[in-house]
Amino acid sequence: MPREIDLPGLQKLLEPGDVQLIEVLPENEYEEEHLPGSINIPLKSMNPSSVSSLDRSLGTVVYCWDDI
Amino acid sequence: MSPRAAWQLETMGFTEVYDFVDGKIAWMVNGLPVEGKGPHFSMAGEVASKKGVHDCVVGSTVQESAREMEARGDSFCLVLNDEGIVLGRLREKHLDRGSSALVETVMETGPTTVRPIERAKPLLERMDKHNVSAMVVTTKKGKLVGVARRKDLRRLVEESG
Repeated sequence: MPREIDLPGLQKLLEPGDVQLIEVLPENEYEEEHLPGSINIPLKSMNPSSVSSLDRSLGTVVYCWDDI
Repeated sequence: MSPRAAWQLETMGFTEVYDFVDGKIAWMVNGLPVEGKGPHFSMAGEVASKKGVHDCVVGSTVQESAREMEARGDSFCLVLNDEGIVLGRLREKHLDRGSSALVETVMETGPTTVRPIERAKPLLERMDKHNVSAMVVTTKKGKLVGVARRKDLRRLVEESG
């Protein structure tokens, strides 16, 4: 089951830096502004091919605007 | 959106998946750095603050709130439940300093709220037009983020050009 984390939780996860951060919003919203180091995989295009470059041995954090 | 993405990743075999539920808006309104081409549109959440906001909880009396409002010089009080959800607003006109009535029985229900990602400039224009001095900012689920005061929105809009 995916674990929900808040802002302090994310910052704690990012400290050691061994997680990958994915913005799932559309590409134009990602291009305007995104969290440092994040990559963009819009929800609509999330499939085995688009996630193939991700490292499955690492934790993976997804985010959008908030509770959209 | 992100909850569905998190579940989808798990379905595809990812075993350590986190959903950052506060999202990009929380990151930005906390002044943390972002990357991207912009343009950055100033948002209500950037100036929403709980500082100086008087809130009262369901179950408290009008008399209790009146005392507090008077002591602080506030003209309104937000009525919240135990989860921090904004249920209503108590204004000076609702106050009867001798009243033992519960705040939820006299409050104005359903005060207008905006979300943190509301763009600051058009919001400020609407507030100017209707002479609104402060706007309550909540999450989509109604949890109080803070109050965006018109003077702070104006400063933000002017600073961001």
